[in-house]
Amino acid sequence: MFPTPIEKRSRAAQVTYQTLLPLALIMWLLPLIAVMLFSIRPFSDFGAGNYWGVPSSFEFFNNYGRVFFESDMPRYLWNSVLITVPTVIGAVALSCMTGFALGVYRFRGNLLIFFMFIAGNFVPFQILMVPVRDLTVNIGLYDTKLGLVLFHIAFQTGFCTLFMRNFIRALPYELIEAARVEGVAEWRIFWYVVLPLMRPAIAALSVLIFTFIWNDYFWAIVLTQGPNAQPVTAGITSFNSQFVAQYHLMSAGSIVAAIPPVAMFFLMQRHFIAGLTLGAVK
Amino acid sequence: MATTTLDPRDGPTWMQRNRMTVTPILFLLPGMLFFAVYVIIPIFQSFNISFYRWDGLGEATYIGLANYEELLTDRNFEISLWNNVKWLVLYLLAIPLGLFIALFLNQTVTGIRLYKSMFFFPFVLSQVVVGLVFSWFYLPREGLLNGVLTFFGMETVNVLGDPDLATYGIIAAGLWPQTAYCMILYLTGLNAVDPEQVEAGRLDGAKGWKMLWYVILPQLKPATFIAFVVTIIGALRSFDLISIMTNGGPFGSTRVLSFYMFEKALSEFGFRMGYGSAIAVVLFLIMLVFIGYFLWQMWQDEREARR
Repeated sequence: MFPTPIEKRSRAAQVTYQTLLPLALIMWLLPLIAVMLFSIRPFSDFGAGNYWGVPSSFEFFNNYGRVFFESDMPRYLWNSVLITVPTVIGAVALSCMTGFALGVYRFRGNLLIFFMFIAGNFVPFQILMVPVRDLTVNIGLYDTKLGLVLFHIAFQTGFCTLFMRNFIRALPYELIEAARVEGVAEWRIFWYVVLPLMRPAIAALSVLIFTFIWNDYFWAIVLTQGPNAQPVTAGITSFNSQFVAQYHLMSAGSIVAAIPPVAMFFLMQRHFIAGLTLGAVK
Repeated sequence: MATTTLDPRDGPTWMQRNRMTVTPILFLLPGMLFFAVYVIIPIFQSFNISFYRWDGLGEATYIGLANYEELLTDRNFEISLWNNVKWLVLYLLAIPLGLFIALFLNQTVTGIRLYKSMFFFPFVLSQVVVGLVFSWFYLPREGLLNGVLTFFGMETVNVLGDPDLATYGIIAAGLWPQTAYCMILYLTGLNAVDPEQVEAGRLDGAKGWKMLWYVILPQLKPATFIAFVVTIIGALRSFDLISIMTNGGPFGSTRVLSFYMFEKALSEFGFRMGYGSAIAVVLFLIMLVFIGYFLWQMWQDEREARR
């Protein structure tokens, strides 16, 4: 193990390490801790210049209550759910299929198609912006959740295909061959042999895509406007103009907007990290 | 179950004879269709639009290379391009920083798993929230940064209000989640480092830096490659933070190409789709250099895997 395990070092080194850890963490999360502290303060503290002292009263329920009951925040959150969940299902379903095709079959152009998916996944969004917006307007899906979902599914298929194809490549190929010898139809091999083995990949990818899509801001402002369809990342800017300079409410609002992906991460940590670090080890 | 496919009375159908060609095509079709319509074709359309003058609604007028000629003398384009260079170079700091934190956290003391998660989780926050968090952190009066500076008797700074500082302030905010990402890549890599090689290195007297450089880093190469890819892409995609933290200001000093393109094509400054597309094409070509390099590397790996 590198660096040398701290248990093998001197007592002094161990004590130093144990004190440094929490200090380093506090430093690391300092900007976020500041926002959390803001979000439980009363408004009067800001007028009095009491930014970092003890709050004059504890307003957690009051502030967060106002976020939920006096703004469009719940609508935006719900929009985010209605955009994110179908995208996850769509992108994962499509890429299970593309990944299967590219990972199992040998045919001319296999690598070319695979690399096209990878390359497409890396392009800057701006090169797609004008035509995609135009297309969405023309098919009447501008400012709808569906318009956003369709684009997200298509774009995420690039990354998901990369992921799924590499995962399937690592599966034991003998299983598929054995099934073929038995005369099992190809689509049955996909459904009954490969798909059950892909469960960990599906879980990892779902958590990752959920986070990516929930956090998307660029496409939200390009393809939607207003509280009918906008997800919370875009909605938070209107929220902030509703409560301009009321830092206690704006802080609470942004924490609420951040909670779903954070919760998803802490609940599904193993899958999340497995997905994110795929390929980091050979 | 499978008797229907293996009935000896009728010969194999066309579908059965060609199943090894037909199946992959059918499985690829929906994904490729989506990807072509929303990603591949729009790239070419953008190239095409960049030769036109178009407000997005009326008729488009073909103007040849005029948009690109205008770029050459556009001062704001130049500023954006320079800022992109700053982003690219400084964003790469996330890689050594991430490695440093990973080395710091690669221990087995109690509670270390929670520490690792807590160090990682800024990555899960949306860039919008990161942008808001940091713009409040930098606030001249209410911000914690100036609170700390005042506490230590130093002069306060208005990071986002100063044209010379603002871009660096935004990059610092971007480095926060990006470092977390690189850290988790390296933690995973360190986990897989071959303990025998480390022991052998120790016996040969390698310690500290030497051990890191000659024994550990070569084994972390796959992690470094991915860290490099995601950091470069992240740097060139920077948009959300700029839009949230400064909206391009002060005096347009924090624009990058992605943001300037959006401003030209879709904001209150006018709907110049052609000019915006020309900016996007330039950004795309810059990205293409890196994409080409990444694909080349991956292709090498594929060839090795086949042998």
